[in-house]
Amino acid sequence: MNTNTTANTATGLQSLSISQRLIAGALALMLGLTLLVGTGFAGDYRLHNGAHDTRHAMGFPCH
Amino acid sequence: MFRNLFFAAVLAALCAGLITSAIQYLRVTPLIVAAESYEGTAPAEHAHEHADGEAAVPHSHDPAQWAPQDGIERTGYTILANLLMAAGFALIIGAVSLLFNLPISWATGLLWGLGGFAAFSLAPAFGLPPGLPGMPVADTVARQLWWGLAALCTGGAFVLAAKVQAPWVLAAAIALVALPHVVGAPQPPEAGTAVPAGLAASFVSASLFNAAVFWVVLGLVFGRLHDHFTRQSAGAHS
Repeated sequence: MNTNTTANTATGLQSLSISQRLIAGALALMLGLTLLVGTGFAGDYRLHNGAHDTRHAMGFPCH
Repeated sequence: MFRNLFFAAVLAALCAGLITSAIQYLRVTPLIVAAESYEGTAPAEHAHEHADGEAAVPHSHDPAQWAPQDGIERTGYTILANLLMAAGFALIIGAVSLLFNLPISWATGLLWGLGGFAAFSLAPAFGLPPGLPGMPVADTVARQLWWGLAALCTGGAFVLAAKVQAPWVLAAAIALVALPHVVGAPQPPEAGTAVPAGLAASFVSASLFNAAVFWVVLGLVFGRLHDHFTRQSAGAHS
């Protein structure tokens, strides 16, 4: 059983089908980019002002 | 399986977001606040900067616009933004891991963290040094596009080098890393600033240090938790 657990851990991602991986990956990418654009890039002044110090601190282009 | 990755991403983002919030509160935000006191003290340059392409972008310090009150409210919004940004970065590296079948584990977590730091902080900062409020800047959208290009090319080079082991791939990866810097980042207008040079220099090193800690924590915690959750669910199934 121990060997099985180790093998499962090592191949956690590999055991998924390719299409499953791509769909989950695309969804995670979209959600991640939405959060990143919302906090770091959006021009809306409320988002900009709320995240102002984060943008400067993390080196995002700010005004 | 995806739940493991998702939970690991969210919890790693929580850790990294809180740690960067602490570093920012102690060492980075005070420099931003200090620089804001110089904003607008060089009216000639300021007007010039706006005439140079910033005119269409609403200025954040317009009194008619909402902005968090200095103090607890401003700190609170910064922590919230840090957590959401961290979740965004964690989901993006999780997505890269899924799309390219490159596992994030305890063994590779540090590499993911350093790669994220290089792609999302170091490479963009090489062309666009982290700047303080009140410093002259080029058009915001142009800088954002270049920032994205630098991050994409640098990150893409790492994925390429990790996926394909061949001499030509190394050359292609190096070319990809160099590409945004050959293109060149949008340059700020030749305008003076009232922000002291020492303050600006401190800010660059503080923000890069902050980003490095953020990314290393994000990568290590993500990898450690992903291992943990995967082992747990494997145990539950057997």
